[in-house]
Amino acid sequence: MLNVGQLNEGIVLDHIAAGKAMTIYKDLGLDELDCCVAIIKNAHSSKMGRKDIIKIEGGLDLIDLDVIGFIDCNITVNIIRNGTIAEKKPLTLPHEIHNVIKCRNPRCITSIEQQLEQVFVLADADKKIYRCRYCEERYTS
Amino acid sequence: MRHLLSPLDLTIEETNTLLDLARDISKNPEKYSHVCDGKRLATLFYEPSTRTRLSFEAAMMNLGGTVLGFSSANSSSASKGESVADTIRVVSCYANICAMRHPKEGAPRVAASKSAIPVINAGDGGHQHPTQTLTDLMTIRELRGSLNNFTIGLCGDLKFGRTVHSLINELIRYENVKFVLISPKELRVPDYIIETLDEKHIEYEVVEKLEDVISKLDILYMTRVQKERFFNEDDYLRMKDFYILNKAKMDMAKPDMYVLHPLPRVNEISIEVDDDPRASYFKQVQFGVYVRMALILTLLGLDKEVR
Repeated sequence: MLNVGQLNEGIVLDHIAAGKAMTIYKDLGLDELDCCVAIIKNAHSSKMGRKDIIKIEGGLDLIDLDVIGFIDCNITVNIIRNGTIAEKKPLTLPHEIHNVIKCRNPRCITSIEQQLEQVFVLADADKKIYRCRYCEERYTS
Repeated sequence: MRHLLSPLDLTIEETNTLLDLARDISKNPEKYSHVCDGKRLATLFYEPSTRTRLSFEAAMMNLGGTVLGFSSANSSSASKGESVADTIRVVSCYANICAMRHPKEGAPRVAASKSAIPVINAGDGGHQHPTQTLTDLMTIRELRGSLNNFTIGLCGDLKFGRTVHSLINELIRYENVKFVLISPKELRVPDYIIETLDEKHIEYEVVEKLEDVISKLDILYMTRVQKERFFNEDDYLRMKDFYILNKAKMDMAKPDMYVLHPLPRVNEISIEVDDDPRASYFKQVQFGVYVRMALILTLLGLDKEVR
């Protein structure tokens, strides 16, 4: 089994669906951080069989919990202090998400005005339906 | 400050109040002829629309106000690459209220977010056209006396027809309105509208043939298959003459089934129907001016000054 060094201060994103870690890495903008980030793919999980894990050295201000909530509410966000789990952050579907996904409607104003913020609003929490703030087109992944 | 981007920006009470005001304007136009003296309406039309633009201009002039603006993107700074946000900031310095038509969906919402004056969505792509909806509501209410308890057939391009989307969203707020959605398969209403109808347990049916259902309708709302909404010319040519309302079909309808159309009409209503007393699409145009007058007064906060 591969061992990744223990985190003293930082964030562990656990129970990421296997194969999703790189998507989250990109959507959270972790590639732009200067701190140490570890991605563990296909780790053994008694609950999920296989899972991905991301470890980030640093404070909670480095990540946007809304983005993680949008991607998958089942991800566990552990805050690590002094080498132990100090807090677990609950995730919910965010009411709005900004500049994470793009509207694909070719008739949307965002298709010609590239400087506009991409905003999606939660239209139906049960069905996890988000709609573009401008044209109301449903987001499909 | 209020804007009108979607019909749902107005509560049902506000809508009814606005329709009452429009009715009063229709009965006593002289009473309102100077309410907007010294006020300016900017008509920012990024795509051609003679009818809606003239209706807004007539509405403002009937109220004593003046009008400025442009009637195509080519004659605006958009052709130089100016953003909608910048344009509305500039226009806010010239006018008291603005009506915007734009081929891209959501453009009026962008404008409203940066505007210092009320913005009226005069149509954004295939998305919303709230003043047409208010016009349609006024027409139905004036003809039938009520916006409750009737069956409406919406026929033609229900996919790209923004007037249809706006009208359905509005009518589902009234009591016991049943919908018959008549279109070719390719031009059916978007899924989100069907989802809304399902969620609210509203009675509707989806059909392809107008003659199968025309006898049960109280209102028939015809629409044009719009060439500018298609990316593929072949698709347009295949569907443009799918429905033609003629005298033979009108003979199958109820004696008090009114025919509405947002206009312009091309082939979908034969001219032989024009003389039928149930053909109400030209009355609809007149109601459109009254309703826009009422809206301008309401958004400028001048509605209560008259009454």
